[in-house]
Amino acid sequence: MIEFRSVSKRFPDGTLAVEDFSLVLPSHQTTVLVGSSGSGKTTLLRMINRMVDPSSGSVEIDGEDIATLPPVKLRRGIGYVMQNSGLLPHRTVVDNVATVPLLRGTPKSQARQDALTLLDTVGLDRSLADRYPSQLSGGQQQRVGVARGLAVNPNILLMDEPFGAVDPIVRAELQQELVRLQKELDKTVVFVTHDIEEAFLLGDQIVILREGGRIAQVGSPADLLAHPADDFVASFVGADRGRRALHVERHGDEDVVVDSDGRLAGVLDSARRAGMAADPEAAR
Amino acid sequence: MTWVLANLGLIWARTLDHVVLSLPPIVLCFVIAVPLGWLARRYAVSRGIILTGAGLLYAIPSLPLFFVLPAVIGTGLRSPLNVIIALTLYGVALMVRVVSDGLESVDGDVRQSATAVGYSGWSRFWQVELPLSGPVLLAGMRVVAVSTVSLVTVGAVIGVQSLGSLFTDGFQRGIQAEILAGLVATVVLALAFDGALVLLGRLLMPWTRRDAPTRVAAPIEVSAA
Repeated sequence: MIEFRSVSKRFPDGTLAVEDFSLVLPSHQTTVLVGSSGSGKTTLLRMINRMVDPSSGSVEIDGEDIATLPPVKLRRGIGYVMQNSGLLPHRTVVDNVATVPLLRGTPKSQARQDALTLLDTVGLDRSLADRYPSQLSGGQQQRVGVARGLAVNPNILLMDEPFGAVDPIVRAELQQELVRLQKELDKTVVFVTHDIEEAFLLGDQIVILREGGRIAQVGSPADLLAHPADDFVASFVGADRGRRALHVERHGDEDVVVDSDGRLAGVLDSARRAGMAADPEAAR
Repeated sequence: MTWVLANLGLIWARTLDHVVLSLPPIVLCFVIAVPLGWLARRYAVSRGIILTGAGLLYAIPSLPLFFVLPAVIGTGLRSPLNVIIALTLYGVALMVRVVSDGLESVDGDVRQSATAVGYSGWSRFWQVELPLSGPVLLAGMRVVAVSTVSLVTVGAVIGVQSLGSLFTDGFQRGIQAEILAGLVATVVLALAFDGALVLLGRLLMPWTRRDAPTRVAAPIEVSAA
């Protein structure tokens, strides 16, 4: 469990990036911090591995104030995946994945062997192991980034807009892959994005941030959609734009689902609907 | 040509002298410039002092420096040490800025991510920042190598033997072939040093090669050195 206790961060230039932020991030769940730029979401993420130290307040991991832990040791125990992969350009794929185990003193042959297994885990062919990052596609680089993040089998995985720089098709693929991985690995994931669709797809708990790290609302995707706390949240999740305000229209003898702009969103499954009426449980 | 053929032994001996005088400054200036360049990039104050100092150092003409050094450090006027120390200073003057710029050229994202995964400042410098500034450092070292080989010849004027002695001797005795031989041999030696550095770079920085060994065969031109 990660806990923020009234955390504020003022940078040397005077900007107040985060003000009095408190939040509990439950273990083995994916918490998504979502907000536009300036919302302090990346600053908050970086406080978890002490890339940024709070000006006031504290961050605790499993009840321990991380300000008391040496940063380098702390970071070696937390997985970190960033946009543009952040891979070391002068190391091969397998050496990149093995970076942190090697820093922690794992014997080289062991670390490389584990790294090859991790390539399988993230769906990369082992034939790529001896290439340099610049020889991979953007999507492949991100997969290597994820493999590196998992290399020390950390409890916590921090992901800073990891899929922000790849094209939409590859992004969708990587998102599905992450959902699958998370089912297998059951990490405590903290994920930063500005894309609410991505947040809904990946998040168990979603935190919508206003400027300065102020929490607009925390909840499950369903909570946010069904009960947006205010207009800001409603507009952020798209409820007010009509994309998610759906209603049913009769079209011939079928029911179609239409958004508030009149665009067709889909067809109501009549068989399921009939079943739902008869037995609500069976339709779930 | 007859002079050259008759004096191959002499030319070879002077070439060896020349190598012995050129190598230490080239190696030493790199070793000294790395920490200084790091310091120059690290703090604003040290940056101003070091880079200005290096600039001034480079502005000192070489011949007066060869004469002044013995008085300052107490070596004999004809000691090869004078040449080695003077050329090391020139190399440092040039390389300090190159090292500082090279470190600056390392992608900020890479530096951030290296920190984030748990490199300490020390290991990040040696394992990430220094190797990644390699291409810039190599470019600087190529200039240093060639200019060092060329400046070693000036030492002949104060009596430190090198290929430059072929110029001075040729001038005094009016043997044009000897002057020409010294000139050609110096250029060839400079090119040899340059080539060796390029090879060393390819060996130490395989990731910069376009035809890296693991690349799938693709219709891409083979990199020209």
